[in-house]
Amino acid sequence: MQNTSWVPFFPEQASTVAGMVDALYFYLILVSVAFSIPVVVGIFVFAIKYRAKEKFATPEEIHGSMVLESVWSFIPFVVSMTIFVGGALVYFYQYTMPENAMEIYVVGKQWMWKAQHGTGQREINELHIPVNTPIKLTMATEDVLHDFDIPAFRTKADVVPGRYTYLWFNATKPGKYHLYCAEYCGLNHSGMGGWVYVMERRDFDNWLAGNASGQTPVEIGKDLFEAKLSCASCHAGGPQQRGAKLEGLYGSTVKLVGGGTVTADDDYIRNSIINPAGQVVEGYQPIMPSFKGQVTEEQLTALVAYVKSLTPNAASAPAAPAASGGPAQMPAANAAAAPKGGK
Amino acid sequence: MQASDAISTGYGSAKGNYLTNGSTLASWLLTKDHKRIAIMYLVTVSMFFMMGGLYAAAIRLELLTPASDLLETGTYNRVFTQHGILMIFFFLIPSIPAILGNFMLPLMIGAKDLAMPRINLLSLYIYWAGGLLTLYALMQGGVDTGWTFYTPYSTTFSNSYVMAVGLGIFINGFSSILTGLNFIVTIHTMRAPGMTWFRLPLFVWAHYATSLVMILGTPVIAITVLLVAIERTVKVGIFDPAIGGDPILFQHLFWFYSHPAVYIMILPGMGVVSELISNFSRKKIFGYEFIAFSSIAIAVFGFLVWGHHMFVSGQSVYAGLVFSFLTMVVAVPSAIKMFNWTATLYKGSITFDTPMLYAFGFMGLFLIGGLTGLFLGSVGLTVHLTDTYFVVAHFHYVMVGGQVIAYLGGIHYWWPKMTGRMYSEFWGKISAMLVFVGFNLTFFPQFILGYQGMPRRYAAYPEELQVLNIFSTAGASVLGVGLVMPVVYLTHSLVFGAKAADNPWMLPGLEWRTSSPPPTENFDVMPVVTWEAYEFGEENGLDLEAARRSDVVTA
Repeated sequence: MQNTSWVPFFPEQASTVAGMVDALYFYLILVSVAFSIPVVVGIFVFAIKYRAKEKFATPEEIHGSMVLESVWSFIPFVVSMTIFVGGALVYFYQYTMPENAMEIYVVGKQWMWKAQHGTGQREINELHIPVNTPIKLTMATEDVLHDFDIPAFRTKADVVPGRYTYLWFNATKPGKYHLYCAEYCGLNHSGMGGWVYVMERRDFDNWLAGNASGQTPVEIGKDLFEAKLSCASCHAGGPQQRGAKLEGLYGSTVKLVGGGTVTADDDYIRNSIINPAGQVVEGYQPIMPSFKGQVTEEQLTALVAYVKSLTPNAASAPAAPAASGGPAQMPAANAAAAPKGGK
Repeated sequence: MQASDAISTGYGSAKGNYLTNGSTLASWLLTKDHKRIAIMYLVTVSMFFMMGGLYAAAIRLELLTPASDLLETGTYNRVFTQHGILMIFFFLIPSIPAILGNFMLPLMIGAKDLAMPRINLLSLYIYWAGGLLTLYALMQGGVDTGWTFYTPYSTTFSNSYVMAVGLGIFINGFSSILTGLNFIVTIHTMRAPGMTWFRLPLFVWAHYATSLVMILGTPVIAITVLLVAIERTVKVGIFDPAIGGDPILFQHLFWFYSHPAVYIMILPGMGVVSELISNFSRKKIFGYEFIAFSSIAIAVFGFLVWGHHMFVSGQSVYAGLVFSFLTMVVAVPSAIKMFNWTATLYKGSITFDTPMLYAFGFMGLFLIGGLTGLFLGSVGLTVHLTDTYFVVAHFHYVMVGGQVIAYLGGIHYWWPKMTGRMYSEFWGKISAMLVFVGFNLTFFPQFILGYQGMPRRYAAYPEELQVLNIFSTAGASVLGVGLVMPVVYLTHSLVFGAKAADNPWMLPGLEWRTSSPPPTENFDVMPVVTWEAYEFGEENGLDLEAARRSDVVTA
């Protein structure tokens, strides 16, 4: 629901994190007022009380005061640390991917948002989601930087070329909320956006049923894998297979030629398709051709979804280890806790 | 009215001044006099400020209505980009250092000139070259990447004059580096006898800190622009992932310069305000050492917080936390300055001349600018606020509310010294108040708009946000009037203004102990400093009794 008041001071609070962000905001307003009062009162009182009464006066010198200086260095430091800790806690909550979230794939391109649900429904510049359900967006961009921003949910994340980023939220209130692109992306940047519809579960199911689903991402990926891109000719299994085994891959730790290891997450799978020579799995030859330029970001997410589906119960596997970058990643502790080879 | 010549502790000269010493074009263009160079900077920088201001006016007019109607989006994108580029690289960065610093720093430390006068002239020519190239690019069609030049939009997708403008900024950067280098060498080697480090005016300390940032930070932006050029021309993958680069790398490099650049813009302003508050309350600055070292602390910590521009951009959660922590730490020295300025007023003898009104305005606006910086440094909150109008409002409070107000205060403060003329105090006060009111009306509503979620760089916005945008545009009109007025009455004063006394406010600083305007050599006799900074009593050697009797103009 849009706030229809005359001057809207606050956006709707429509996600689990919104209340936390607003609480932090009010705390900072309180700190600001508490800090400003002595300064502003001091300026006014001194300016009036000590206004010049004589031309070129020579008031008594005061050099400073170690005690006062220390006090007003120490107090701001302590207060700023409370602000830091408060912000850090909320930040962790915002970017720790929940387990068992409903996954939606989002691709940004100049100048639209394309979303595809796990059940296959596609939408453009709209996103329909059920209320009180953790939603995880896996996001990619076809061109430049974008940023998926829903002010009513108090969260956003950049979408970065060449990798996946993730955003999650849990909407708490049915309604229609602004969706923006918050990272400047060229000519029609301010037109790149639309609405997020938060629906009661039943309404959402009706919506899903009423929208022809076509193929699901996994089905599209399977089709690409087996027919269109012929990935299966090397990766299908069997004794003569030249490509690495993909069953049970997602979420596992992969040994690489040259000694390193990597966790097989979304980015790893994506990179292995775009740039196969980059991270070659131990025991295999670097003979796979690059599919760069032959697959769109949407097809890539479908392929990733398909590879993921080859690992049973992989939906809640880690997004990526924190060290590899990406704003929306799990803290390392959670990543390490995920079972090898998916759950 | 002009009786002061008799009573100032004169190192000045009756033989003429730097303005009358040669009137040919060559005597200006080939001058080695830091004061003439500063005047030429003043003229050029003011022109860029006016251009940037016209772009700002266009932005506010477009945002009067929710739809993109006055300007189509492509034009709007160019307008806000060019507003940012002109204001930051060609106005804010050179404003106080290259004009007031150039003019006043040698005078304040008792030197005849900067240590390297030819390098100083060279830095002006480099600034002109960078500026002309940028203007040329703007006339050819301009640039639409945002002043941040984020990749891969700037390297691969934008069809605007990215390379020409980038080259303009690249060239301009060397002007900054040379100025910073010159200041550091000058402060180390050219101080008059008795002018010890802790007798330096805080304006000089602030310029020392600024210069450190200039010479250490600016090369990084030059390197970054060069890498963009290499990627665009030779197609080496540096920032564009399609050819093997990383767009986040660009952001790291860009902000490694551009965050410290914020301190290039604000530290000199803090220096000016320290002068104004101390001198117009005739009170030694409270905690001189704390203010001096807090400038250095800000300059050093300023290099460690660039990642707070990238909280949602793809760096790791842990990097975000570290940068948030450091951002909170860098807030402390600014808080210290705020308290010290306030405490300086205590038991002072405060006059409300135009420069002091600007100083009060600075304190109010920088207070809000600084505090809202805490909102943006608190990482969980800034995920919501980043890339919205909250950020726009915050940095305008710091850059305009801080630096521009301090710059105007400094221009009014030293105008009698620079030109030898007094401006209309009445119009000065009116304009200082209009700027303060207009500024708040323009930018305070933008904090609310930002919390509402209005993204920045939007040519069109939802209708429910229009009321606040109307306030903002109305405020911008008031601000515009307040900023145009000084151009008129200051120019007017050059011809019709009362002749300024050498030391109209009877202040202890060395710059006030020479003639107004100063002779080319600054001082006829080498000054010897026997007093501490900001001593207003008899120990500073000024004959205050005589000044009181002689009815020197203070306004």
